[in-house]
Order: sequence, then C-alpha cells, then structure tokens
Amino acid sequence: MAEDIKPRIRVPQSAKKDEIIEIKTLISHPMESGQRKDSQGKTIPRKIINKMTVAFNGKPVFEARLEPAISANPYLSFFLKCTQSGSLEFTWTDDDGSTYKATQAITVS
Amino acid sequence: MSEPLHLPKRQSGLNRRQAVAAFGAVAALTPFAAAASPETAKKALSDLVKAEPKAGKVQIKTQEIAENGNTVPVTIAVDSPMTDKDYVKAIHVVADRNPQPGVASFMLTPANGKAEVQLRMRMAETQNIIAVAEMSDGTAWTATREVKVTIGGCGG
Amino acid sequence: MPQTHSLARIICAAAASLVLLSGLTACDNKQSAGANDSEVLAEYRANPKYADRITGDKFSGYVFASPETQAMQDDDFENPGMLAVQDGEGEWGKVVGSAGKSCASCHNDAKSMKGVAVAYPKYEPKVGKLANIEQRINLCRTENMKAPALRWESKELLGLTALVEYQSRGLPISVRIDGPAKPFFEEGKKFYYTRRGQMDVACAHCHEANAGMNIGVENLSQGQSNGYPTYRLKWQAFGSLHRRFEGCNEEVRAQPYPRGSDEYTNLELFVAWRGNGLKSEAPSVRR
Repeated sequence: MAEDIKPRIRVPQSAKKDEIIEIKTLISHPMESGQRKDSQGKTIPRKIINKMTVAFNGKPVFEARLEPAISANPYLSFFLKCTQSGSLEFTWTDDDGSTYKATQAITVS
Repeated sequence: MSEPLHLPKRQSGLNRRQAVAAFGAVAALTPFAAAASPETAKKALSDLVKAEPKAGKVQIKTQEIAENGNTVPVTIAVDSPMTDKDYVKAIHVVADRNPQPGVASFMLTPANGKAEVQLRMRMAETQNIIAVAEMSDGTAWTATREVKVTIGGCGG
Repeated sequence: MPQTHSLARIICAAAASLVLLSGLTACDNKQSAGANDSEVLAEYRANPKYADRITGDKFSGYVFASPETQAMQDDDFENPGMLAVQDGEGEWGKVVGSAGKSCASCHNDAKSMKGVAVAYPKYEPKVGKLANIEQRINLCRTENMKAPALRWESKELLGLTALVEYQSRGLPISVRIDGPAKPFFEEGKKFYYTRRGQMDVACAHCHEANAGMNIGVENLSQGQSNGYPTYRLKWQAFGSLHRRFEGCNEEVRAQPYPRGSDEYTNLELFVAWRGNGLKSEAPSVRR
C-alpha cells in the first residue's frame, strides 16, 4: 500500500429523501499505462487503478472498471438517489492488489 | 532529467500480452504494434455487450477540440428513469484510435437515480469516443462523438 | 532529448516562424492598457467573467484556457493541484533533520504564510542572489532544520510550494526589482528577449508580440506565472514554473537550463514582474 496514494470524495453530509446527489471522487495515482518507455528504451510496466467500487450500507451501488486510457489522478463522478441514511464506502483497487478506501456518512431526512 | 515523449507514438511497441489481447493470436506475430481502429473498437464493445446497440438515449458531452489530449474531461449521460424495472445496467466507453480501445466500464444500479458519469481520459490523436449503454431490459444504445486532438503550437 | 523530424513538426515549425516573424517589430514597444489588444484579447477584456483575471495589460493564463479547464480550476475538489496542497500539509508538520523541527515549529500554522509567496522570487542575502519559494524552503531546511534539501520537482517540495503559494491565493503578485534584486532582474529580462533554439525565437516573440494570436489551434497566452505551480493537463501532474520553462525551451528546440538554475530563477523574477498586479491563482489548472 503506497503512502502517497490519496483518495478524496465529495459527498454531501445530508440530503432530502429521494434527492439525487452528485458524488465526486479523485485519487492521486500516476496511472502508468504500460505504453511509456524509460530513457533506456525499456517499457515501464503498467500500474493503474483498475477499479472503484461503491457500496451503500454494504450494498454495491456503483462500480467503475478503468483502463490505462484513464488520465493520471483519476477523477470520476456519478449520482446517487438518497432513500435512507447510511454510510457510503469507496474502494479503489490497484493493479498490484492494494486497495484504498474512503467512507462518508449521509443523513437523509 | 529528460522525460519520455509526451504522447504515445503510433509505432510504440505494445508488449506481446497487450497485442494478443487486442488482436488475437495472428497479430501477436506482427512486429509492429497497431493502434486501435474502428474495427477493434467495435469488437471490444461487442465482446462487452451482446445486444446490437441502437443509436439513441446516450449523450457524450466533451470538448470539440481537446485542450490537451492527455486529460480530456468526458461526461456520458443516458436517458433512463433508473427505476427498479427500467434502469441502465452498464455504460461502456471505448476510443477508436488509442493504443488500445478500452477506456472504462461503469456498472450502475437503480440506486444511482441518474445515469450520468464523468471521467478524464487520454486521447492519443483525433478520434471517436463511443459509448454503449446496456439496459435492464436487455437492449443496448449507443452514441459516438469525435474529439480533435492537436499537437500544441510549438510541438508541446 | 530525442529530435523528431516528422513532417508535421517541420510544417508546424515553419508556420510558427512565419507567424512570429510578423511580430518582430512589436517586441520593444511598451503597450498601453487595451490600446494594443488584439481582437481576441479585447474579447477577453469585455467578458465580465474575467474581471478578476485581468490587470491593466496583463491577462492571467486562466482566460486563455477552455471552459472545462477553467471549471476544473474553479472547483477545489476537482482541481488535482489541491492534492499537492494536501501533500504539503502532510510535510508541514513533519519533524525532519537534526534540529528536531518541522515547518510548524517556527511558522505555526501554514496560514502564517499568507502574503509571502507573491513577493517571491526575491534577493536572498544568505546566498547573494535570488531565491524563489522552492529555494527558500530548501534554505530553511538546510540552515534551520539541518535537514537535506528537497529534490526539485519532488512530491515533498511541490507539496510545500503548493501549500505556501495557496496561502496567497487571490493576492496580487508583488515582486520587487529594485535594490539588490536589480542586476538579477536585468539578467532575467535579457533571457526573455534573447533568441534561442532551432526556431531562433525569444520568449517575447510568443508571449509579448503574439499573445492572443493562434499558433496552430493553440491560443498563445502571455506566459504569466501567477498560476504557478500548476496542475498541467499535458503533464497529468502538478509541476513547477521551472519545469514549464524547460518545456518551453525544448519546444523551440533550445537546450533547457536545469530546474533551479540561476538562469531560470532570474527569468522567474522577470516573468513574475511582468505579471505584477495579477491575482495569484496557485494551484491553478493549465493545459
């Protein structure tokens, strides 16, 4: 697990029932595509965040599967309909198996 | 320290694993790496989605001319009520002239309420972004959008 | 740096030379506010959205960016440059070096840095020449913290620079070019107007004579530094002004100077002075 990989999420802390909110995510990661060569001509191996999964109160609500065509420091946004209060859990998965997590509680009234 | 070249060149070598994945066994024997083409992009999509997509319901919002091909913001929106009975199951995105066609796939649920996603992608050259939405009723819908990618004024 | 001789680049270079030759004579003329606005610059000036981004004749790089890029900068969450500020916050409290100090030990909260960055580069008596923020941070580290200097363009140095610059966001660039800074300013000015590289052009050819004009599809900016350090879409990374200078020099096929060199630091003062009065936007997003 790399110390310098920072996930960030922008989730409102509260919402009205049935409100549809936009959720923004950003994670610092070079997304090494596997296309680049170093100064010796050797291919730099691919190493990317290949997946981001989102669960609400433990249930999967959104998943993104990423390819090397995604820019470094992947930014992803999606929407969520707020039907009840609970906890949103985000998990990013690196090619090397490491995972990075972030959590945010939402109060729905 | 000098950095690797900024944009992947068309002749940059794909490693064997990538070549096989993209073009099958025959292509693995070719010494040159081919970039994606409209055909390989179409194949990548048909590998992901069984139904033949129809034009419609999908909107791709992005720049006409990329500010810079290395970071192009793209929004994909799909017209759907996102109810338990009628929702977008997945959105797949490919590019038809990148070293590889795949960009991203998104798995959605009715909990999303709105079928819209935003991403930032790399584009090696002027090409089409193609998005396919898979619906809960088994149908598929698609849209295509060209983005022009230029070398900066002084080659940068 | 490998030389590419593709036809596209040769055509581009030829086109560039033609465009730039036309701007030759305008180089030395002092321009009064608005009087010499090209059509494009006049359009920007007329746009109320840019009121905060233009001071007199000086146009921030923000106005030359696409709406999507501007939107990325405007939102602190979407702006990947803010990740660097976060890095800086981590570094700020870290105790390093044999003196057992962190930045916070002497400077308390990073907010105490408000107003600092917009005065840099400035003459630094300890080294008898100019120091920019990066160099000043490293001076603090080596002299006061007894810690090793941070590598140029390292995550740590970029983070601390971003953090310090961020405290001055919205404040006008206010560098001084009088007193001991003067000879270094003159060096930077000379650099700016000296032709270099295969394309045999000076900074001024693009950024003074032809700001607002197109080279290819790219709208030339004034090359202002008020947004630096910046998240550059092309780099897909946060980077320093000296990295940008290096890129600019390479693009005209000139041998670049090392990042952190005297040449680039002197140039940095001249470039900052050109933008005096513009509001600091660091960390910005640029193409």
